Amino acid sequence: MGAAKFWAVSFIVSLMILVVTRSQIENEYFFFAGYVVLQYVVLATAWNILGGYTGYTNFGTGAFFAVGAYSSVVLQKLSPLPVPAMILVAGLVSGIIGLGMGYLTLRLRGVFFAIATLAMAIVAQTLIVNWDFVGGARGIYIIRPEHAPLFGGYIQYLYSLMLLLAWFSVAIARSIERSRLGIGFNAIRDDEQAAEAAGVPTLRLKLIATTLSGALMGMAGAPLPYYVTYLDPASSFNLSYAVNSVAMPMIGGMTSWVGPIIGAVLLGTIQQVATVTIASELNLLIVGLLLIAFVIVAPNGIVGLVQARRRARGER
Amino acid sequence: MEISFDLLANAVVAGLLLGGFYAAVTVGVTISFGMLDIVNIAHPAFIMAGSFVAYAINSTLHLDPVLIGLLMMPVFFLLGIAVYQIYYYAFERRGEESIQGLAFFFGLLFVGEVALILIFGVDYRFVEAPYIGPGLHLGVIELPLRMLIPFAVALAMVGLLQAFLGRSFIGRAILAVSQDSLALQLMAADPRRVKRIAFGISIATAALAGALLIIIQPVEPSIGRDYIGRIFAICVLGGMTSFPGMLAGAMLIGIAESVTSTFYGPSWAPAVAFGFLLLTLAIRPAGILGR
Repeated sequence: MGAAKFWAVSFIVSLMILVVTRSQIENEYFFFAGYVVLQYVVLATAWNILGGYTGYTNFGTGAFFAVGAYSSVVLQKLSPLPVPAMILVAGLVSGIIGLGMGYLTLRLRGVFFAIATLAMAIVAQTLIVNWDFVGGARGIYIIRPEHAPLFGGYIQYLYSLMLLLAWFSVAIARSIERSRLGIGFNAIRDDEQAAEAAGVPTLRLKLIATTLSGALMGMAGAPLPYYVTYLDPASSFNLSYAVNSVAMPMIGGMTSWVGPIIGAVLLGTIQQVATVTIASELNLLIVGLLLIAFVIVAPNGIVGLVQARRRARGER
Repeated sequence: MEISFDLLANAVVAGLLLGGFYAAVTVGVTISFGMLDIVNIAHPAFIMAGSFVAYAINSTLHLDPVLIGLLMMPVFFLLGIAVYQIYYYAFERRGEESIQGLAFFFGLLFVGEVALILIFGVDYRFVEAPYIGPGLHLGVIELPLRMLIPFAVALAMVGLLQAFLGRSFIGRAILAVSQDSLALQLMAADPRRVKRIAFGISIATAALAGALLIIIQPVEPSIGRDYIGRIFAICVLGGMTSFPGMLAGAMLIGIAESVTSTFYGPSWAPAVAFGFLLLTLAIRPAGILGR
């Protein structure tokens, strides 16, 4: 399937999901939970553009995500825009941060990049904690507009936006995967020196990957203040965003755009169920243990398992 | 703001003491990351485990925390060996150290933290010892024993490790692995066995470092994260493999943090180490004493 056709087909599929869920499901909780799962689809896909395709581990998902959320807070206080516009602005801000981050560290080995992203998350959090305009360490209350645009409740509106954003990021990931850009990314992951020697502009490609990945993460964070209505640094910079966005592509499979979706839907749903039925601490333990188990037993994730199975059947 | 000399002198001395403690926290990563090339970002989780073991034993048996740290070192050594075995079979042997190995340790960090929260809760815990509270006074400078004792223990540990690596047979073998593990194999030595012992030692240091941490401040499970950046900042600043470089880096970060929190408030202190780390990575990746 060509890129243009995929964009069209996946858009129609997303619209169908949207129409079916919104017309058939009455229960508000479905949209609360669905929003979170879709948000993880965006985060996992965004992480995978840098981590899966290019091979650079980003532990700073929480920072990009929170920067997106806080840029909405700033906009809300200065001049409230409609949420879709805020998503765009958040994407721009996080993209610029991704670019700067990449420029500072990407000339180093991958491991240093990973550590630097962890460090950047704490620096960003310290800045927000000390910035009173956005509430500082105390956090800030956001008042939702009374009526959602179009029709339905506000949470349904946010759910719809997140579904479109998920479609957008998956379509971008799929297009990259089959393009010259994606081949360049893979060359960097497999052997950066060889790629450089073969004339791949490695630094430029890596900067494109960090910018794109950071921008999508920021976009995923932008509606968060309206979803939670109360935002504080400790929860928006939470390490669980980083763990989830690393674990989901790893468990789903990092080489293909399907992997992050599988991982996000699977882990996201398990966590939603576990939070309701057991306890919220325990569901983080599940994610951590699953991550460890998968990287040891099935380093290529569920997609890798399926591919290996198909190959074995083909040889017979 | 007027910078008074007394305040500055106290901040610098407190920073030196803090830096000594940071060296004890970092020495394990200098061995595992610097020498063995194993990116153990889960090291802070082992340090927190050390702190909570010290808390649990101190609150029931009333043993001295430093003594508990020393007694726990063999246990943590074995734990380290077990972790290295898993790491070796799952990643190193397959040549997949990079991204999956990193995710493995990241998962370990997270699981360790959540496990501690489930067992001990999120309250701050502390230990009791006769030297927590009193302090010495040298003129205007205060030296709380709560900082001085960990400082001394930390320096002793780093010094002993330095002597061990330089003089003993196993120690030299560890240095050899860090320089060229293939060449070591050609000398009919088993780099895997050497690495296993070295990784065990690196985790053993976390038992003592954790005990020192809970002497210095009350501890709750998630403060381990703050140490990730500090540890790697110090390790990178110090040029990765050298203990003297690491000590210098630890003192530098300690003083920078202490001065920052004295003059600008403690909420800015975490950014200092990370700022240093980002700057070092960007400008001088070989470290301050590097080549």
